[in-house]
Amino acid sequence: MLHIVACIKQVPDTKVIKMNPKTNTMDRASAPAILNPYDAHAVEEAVRLKNKHGGCVSVVTMGPPPAVKAIRKCIEIGADEGYMISDRAFAGADTLATSYALTKAINKISEIKPIDLIICGKMTIDGDTGQVGPGIARRLDIPPLTSVNKVVEIQKEDGYMVVHRKLEDGHEVVKTTLPCLLSVEKEINEVPYSTFPNMLKAARYQPVIWSVNDLEDIDRKQLGLKGSPTIVAKVWAPPKPEGGKLFEGNSDEQVQQLLSVVLEKKELFTEMRGSK
Amino acid sequence: MSFEDYSGVWVFIEENEGKIAPVSLELLGAGRTLADKRGVELAGIMIGENVTGLADTIFEYGADTVYVYDQPIFKLYRTESFMKALLHCSEKYKPEIILYGATSTGKDLASAVATDLPTGLTADTTELDVEEDTGLLLASRPAFGGNIMATILCKKYRPQMATVRPKVMKALQPEKGRNGKLVPEQIDIKEEDMRTKVLKIVRETTKKIRIDEADIVVAGGKGLGSEQGFELVHQLARTLGGVVGASRDVVEAGWIGHHHQVGQTGVTVTPKIYFAIGISGAIQHIVGMKNSGIIIAINKDPDAAIFNSCHYGIVGDAFEIVPLLVKEFHKALHGEEVEV
Repeated sequence: MLHIVACIKQVPDTKVIKMNPKTNTMDRASAPAILNPYDAHAVEEAVRLKNKHGGCVSVVTMGPPPAVKAIRKCIEIGADEGYMISDRAFAGADTLATSYALTKAINKISEIKPIDLIICGKMTIDGDTGQVGPGIARRLDIPPLTSVNKVVEIQKEDGYMVVHRKLEDGHEVVKTTLPCLLSVEKEINEVPYSTFPNMLKAARYQPVIWSVNDLEDIDRKQLGLKGSPTIVAKVWAPPKPEGGKLFEGNSDEQVQQLLSVVLEKKELFTEMRGSK
Repeated sequence: MSFEDYSGVWVFIEENEGKIAPVSLELLGAGRTLADKRGVELAGIMIGENVTGLADTIFEYGADTVYVYDQPIFKLYRTESFMKALLHCSEKYKPEIILYGATSTGKDLASAVATDLPTGLTADTTELDVEEDTGLLLASRPAFGGNIMATILCKKYRPQMATVRPKVMKALQPEKGRNGKLVPEQIDIKEEDMRTKVLKIVRETTKKIRIDEADIVVAGGKGLGSEQGFELVHQLARTLGGVVGASRDVVEAGWIGHHHQVGQTGVTVTPKIYFAIGISGAIQHIVGMKNSGIIIAINKDPDAAIFNSCHYGIVGDAFEIVPLLVKEFHKALHGEEVEV
């Protein structure tokens, strides 16, 4: 019986978000709030391990009240319980302050039921850092394993698991003691459509919500904006590149013009047909 | 903490099987600029087994000092062992800035080190600068999926740390015979205390060129309609001896694997020629290919953003244009009548 905790986040869908060109800020209202896509794979992997070995999956998030929706999405995927820490005191946290707050929440969850494994998505699509997962692992003093794209085995009785970590040019097979923390790549699994019973359960689900006062042993100086060493000094729109030359004429003529441009790079093609 | 105690710019030198990762050499180039502006020294820190011999290369690429932890326990990267070495060195010599490549190893290590120090860490930086008088690092990066650029500062903690994307900084021309100060270091760390073991490393042995090393990348987007339509991209890539790239939508649709994804959440590529076929040109895609030699866009929508980021463009139907290109290139490159 495993108790697996997945760390999740509700994020604006950065693929469709609109920018305000005057202020260079994002119009958050223009983008739907979704479960961070990487986290869906983290929850799915946790659910698969639960289905194989027995146990339960809890999800935890830090966010404003509407983030309950992201927890419900995780219940749809097959998570059993959801915990949310929500408080103005957490606002403006960078990765260091976020990993601090989430670690305090995870400690509280482990008092309810000891944790064997924590799984995070590779990164969030709004923060794009991938730093919170390893940060939590360090604070809990458990091994962090990032870029995981396969779980080979997990043996609770013997206290170890084996995973594949994706490398730039292949992968490595790593054995680690439990408990540990994994950050997973999207390719680790496919998230199937939700089942009807899970959807019913999710629609009515109310997560456990904690404020900063519910967390034990907390140093408020390490929370939110105050506890964040990094600050965003300025934002600007990425420079608009110069538009290129559009070829004129019909398709054949355009292709011929393109050909002459590309074939000027002769050296590329002599190599290609040479020794290889 | 007193900032006066902290001085110097460090680069974490990533080494695999006796070779220094290209991004580490790029960062020595970037680090040299920062160190010179600030009037401080540039150091490389290298952790591994039998790696001391690589120090000469690190000097040639611009470092004044190389700190080396050369012990059997560091043969393969593990967060817990490498982190201890880096923390040991940082606490002993107090650098003002530490840069890491934004690779799986670099990001993993930097995240752990930042938590323990603790200090701020900026991820996936694409521009670096330093304030001459204060030593404040200005680390800029695409944020929110590449929708905006943000400059991140870490005012109250030292060292300041950043991971930097491969292929965006330039390595210096190596200066043969350039020398520096080699500082061997070690820590007391036992294998039996390690909680992780690398059982095996599996390198992809196929002769496939990696997309980030290819001279020619032919990338396709959702505009190709279907996995079948995407086959055009494969055809053109084969004809040109290039490698296939893809936009995020295409990868998410399952037409091709993740390691072909170009962009903010994929790979940064810098080929000599980049074809963008049926790609709309979302900013998160552009950041991954904008440093290519020649960017050629083919899209039937004349207003597609990609035409603002290309050197040459054809407004037209890929299903008409690409087969013509395949035919003509085939004739030019593989036919008799070619004189390349």
